[in-house]
Amino acid sequence: MGTTAFQKIHTKIEHITKATCSLRAEGVGYEEMASVDGRLAQVVKIEGDLITLQIFSGTEGISTDAEVIFLGHAPKLTVGEELSGRFFNAYGEPIDGGPDVDGKEIEIGGPSVNPVRREQPSELIATGIAGIDLNNTLVTGQKIPFFADPDQPFNQVMAMVALRAKADKIVLGGMGLTNDDYLFFKNVFENAGALDRITSFVNTTDDPPVERLLVPDMALTAAEYFAVEENKNVLVLLTDMTLYADALSIVSNRMDQIPSKDSMPGSLYSDLARLYEKAVQFPEGGSITIIAVTTLSGGDITHAIPDNTGYITEGQLFLRRDTDIGKVIIDPFRSLSRLKQLVIGKKTREDHPQVMNASIRLYADAANAKTKLENGFDLTDYDERTIKFAKNYSEKLLAIDINIDIDEMTNTAWDLLNSHFSVSEIGIKAELVEKYGNRNGN
Amino acid sequence: MNTKGKVVGIIANLVTVKVDGPVSQNEICYIHTNEVKLMAEVIRISKENTYIQVFESTRGLKPGTEVVFTGHMLEATLGPGILSKIYDGLQHDLNKMEGVMLQKGDYTSALDDDKLWEFTPIAKEGDAVVAASWLGEVKENWMPHKIMVPFKLEGSYTVKSIVAKGEYKINDTIAVLLDADGNEIPVCMVQKWPVKLPIKSYSEKPRPFKLMETGVRVIDSLNPIVEGGTGFIPGPFGTGKTVLQHALSKQADADMIIVAACGERANEVVEIFAEFPELEDPRSGRKLMERTTIIANTSNMPVAAREASVYTAMTIAEYYRSMGLKILLLADSTSRWAQALREMSNRMEELPGPDAFPMDLPAIISNFYARAGFVFLNNGNSGSVTFVGTVSPAGGNLKEPVTESTKKAARCFYALSQERADRKRYPAIDAVDSYSKYIEYPELQDFIKENVSPEWVDNILLAKNILIKGREAYEQINILGDDGVPVDYHEEFWKSEVIDFVILQQDAFDKIDASSSIERQQYMMKKVLGVYHAKFNFETFEEVNPYFKRIINVCKQMNYSEFKSESFQKSEKELEEIISEKIMMN
Repeated sequence: MGTTAFQKIHTKIEHITKATCSLRAEGVGYEEMASVDGRLAQVVKIEGDLITLQIFSGTEGISTDAEVIFLGHAPKLTVGEELSGRFFNAYGEPIDGGPDVDGKEIEIGGPSVNPVRREQPSELIATGIAGIDLNNTLVTGQKIPFFADPDQPFNQVMAMVALRAKADKIVLGGMGLTNDDYLFFKNVFENAGALDRITSFVNTTDDPPVERLLVPDMALTAAEYFAVEENKNVLVLLTDMTLYADALSIVSNRMDQIPSKDSMPGSLYSDLARLYEKAVQFPEGGSITIIAVTTLSGGDITHAIPDNTGYITEGQLFLRRDTDIGKVIIDPFRSLSRLKQLVIGKKTREDHPQVMNASIRLYADAANAKTKLENGFDLTDYDERTIKFAKNYSEKLLAIDINIDIDEMTNTAWDLLNSHFSVSEIGIKAELVEKYGNRNGN
Repeated sequence: MNTKGKVVGIIANLVTVKVDGPVSQNEICYIHTNEVKLMAEVIRISKENTYIQVFESTRGLKPGTEVVFTGHMLEATLGPGILSKIYDGLQHDLNKMEGVMLQKGDYTSALDDDKLWEFTPIAKEGDAVVAASWLGEVKENWMPHKIMVPFKLEGSYTVKSIVAKGEYKINDTIAVLLDADGNEIPVCMVQKWPVKLPIKSYSEKPRPFKLMETGVRVIDSLNPIVEGGTGFIPGPFGTGKTVLQHALSKQADADMIIVAACGERANEVVEIFAEFPELEDPRSGRKLMERTTIIANTSNMPVAAREASVYTAMTIAEYYRSMGLKILLLADSTSRWAQALREMSNRMEELPGPDAFPMDLPAIISNFYARAGFVFLNNGNSGSVTFVGTVSPAGGNLKEPVTESTKKAARCFYALSQERADRKRYPAIDAVDSYSKYIEYPELQDFIKENVSPEWVDNILLAKNILIKGREAYEQINILGDDGVPVDYHEEFWKSEVIDFVILQQDAFDKIDASSSIERQQYMMKKVLGVYHAKFNFETFEEVNPYFKRIINVCKQMNYSEFKSESFQKSEKELEEIISEKIMMN
């Protein structure tokens, strides 16, 4: 972003902190972008003619006579069909060596959708993973994070979901990605031949952390372009939102704000909601679905970041290593898709909801039986059957390497239920048992 | 002459203004940028600086921009046409806004100025009237909407003239009143009221005493709420707060439902206005949307308007209460409103209270809950505002400031339990930890004895006792092992499980089970208490579990069947057969 004519150059910075600098200037708008010795900055505070700028890449080496130019607009992204297949940095500048995108410039972080203009999400997203499709069905226009410990293969699962989900466009917002993970995504998409429908905005661990704050807005602005202007079904992948929230807390700390729970800014809920609520089903057919990753520390979901996220998103998916089968499964207890009610038993077979609930209830009984076993008590016949059932259920349905369609999942569940339990133990509405439950004719 | 000012400072949506005249706390003002007018509210005045919170994004706002003050606080516009509307937090009609995106400064009017209403006078010339006296009536959907003497008028007045029955627009003068000095005051069908102030035009506010049917068994049968009562639902995410609130909004026995979606998910509001125009109100047979008004200030909408949204909703509720109607107000979630207060208090650099919330949070919450209630109007009729709010405790910890402050203010407590939610036992209300203070009210006990059944209250206490005893037995079994305890313990535990599965658990997504009438609830309660009172003959503990599972299974089939239908009676008969297999004869 070079200098153009008639731009006033300021050269008298009065204060410099680690992330901000202040100077006197007139006619500056709130949230306006500026360049400080070529580094991008944004107006975060105006007190009379004293303007405070947040410099995204930090203030190291900035001198009091640095050249400050106000750019007269909020952060922008150039959108157009050419976004597809490209990689950008947090400022929306190409990092893949390609040319600049030709299109129109729009401000990122734009207005929200009027709730009455939203359509109720109703299209199921099939992933082939039974832990998701059967128990936690995803719907277009939904927003849902993986809650995962840093050592879990969340990026792999997310890439798998993205590729199987048959979205028209995929937008990846990578925040604090390691270079290895960045290359992983690039390779997986390339090998799947899907690169031409993927747009990526990447901030790696090499880049300054505060720059991350721009990534989700960039990704979502691109997604909005595809969904609104081209009526596409867009899947947005945001990883890792915990690092985004950490960057928020760095900024708020440097702005002397009083921290609330877990040193996070008091506005964390609103800051996250503003992003996640971009997930939407438009009446004209376009949609934005957000799948995010929130890494946990030691599985603690009461920490402010996962906690606030859980209140905003429409459910969450937990990964867990099941030691009985030695595979990673989608945890049926803690995972939840809030929008599944809109499609299960409606877009899927009518017995789906009850089969799902009965299986999970019996799986929970197995957990109780295991506790009993660990405490050294004898197991009843029922307890033993639940444990056997749980193992089969994990293996045939919960493991993330499953790839079957939803009816097949429901049938598999019936088979497992029937082979371990009596009708009264299963406890499904009699009508449905008659219609779907007698799969072997007995 | 309106006071004017100029913007001198901006931090997010907190703007500092230098003014040229008097301003008052909570006064509404507009910032006039080149393109649009942005609405804002005065929240602090300190010498020459007036601090305002802007109900919009302040992106691009520049110092020096002109601000015009209106001379009044944030007001709700009250008149026929509110029913079935979907408003934002400041009562702008969302349906009237253009485009898919919410544009800054797109302020639409709350009512329809050109719509004609069939007005029927109630008051006559020469009648003495006071604020909130009924002057006439229009049909709003199917509800009698009373046109009242404006609440702002103090003292008593005489009706000088009133229009004849006929069609009028909301701004047409329908009556002229005379004050004590003989001044004429024209009255139309619409009036304004500042949302932060309660409407107190009633004669008496007694303790509430009428049971309010919600169709949710764990509420009605174990922790009943009353007309004009207050309740709150705290629960970690994923425990079913919103599903429960939606169930209440669909089924509760109220004339009007106001849903304030305050800082929550937009898709949840979409669910209401996608489904409510289709779903039928089981009592009136009309569509649910006809009795519903939605205030939608979802989490991505301006933060400052969150606080306004709950007050706007309450003011509308009080307005309809003055017409002698039963209103149920649901707010999801009051924590978001408290967080909005926290953000602002933080920007103003106030000294923080616990968890950085403002110090006066408990007072703000209890003042708000106090606006609900059952009232006798000046004309002897009664009306009520029942308020149920959800609380989203940070980290699921009920010791956080919003939950604690709300606990002091609300009389019913519906504790959602993570453990029950994990085990998919919905609604996940912990029946033992939850309480309704109203069952202790003799007024309510008398009402129930007379109108429902003499043993209802005793049954509530008994059922709770069984649940507590069952829980204790379960703990003993877990400590000592299945065969380390007498068989009675197993029986005791499983009898409490029958109550859990048959009464507490309810399938909100099943057409029939979703809503249970009081009559049906009583019937099923008698059934399960019958099981409890029966003495069974078990040889070993291994017989207990499968036996009670059969009981639970047939009872659930009963819950899934139309009340007293053939299949209901078939399951009922089956239940009796199962019971007679093992019952001890004496």
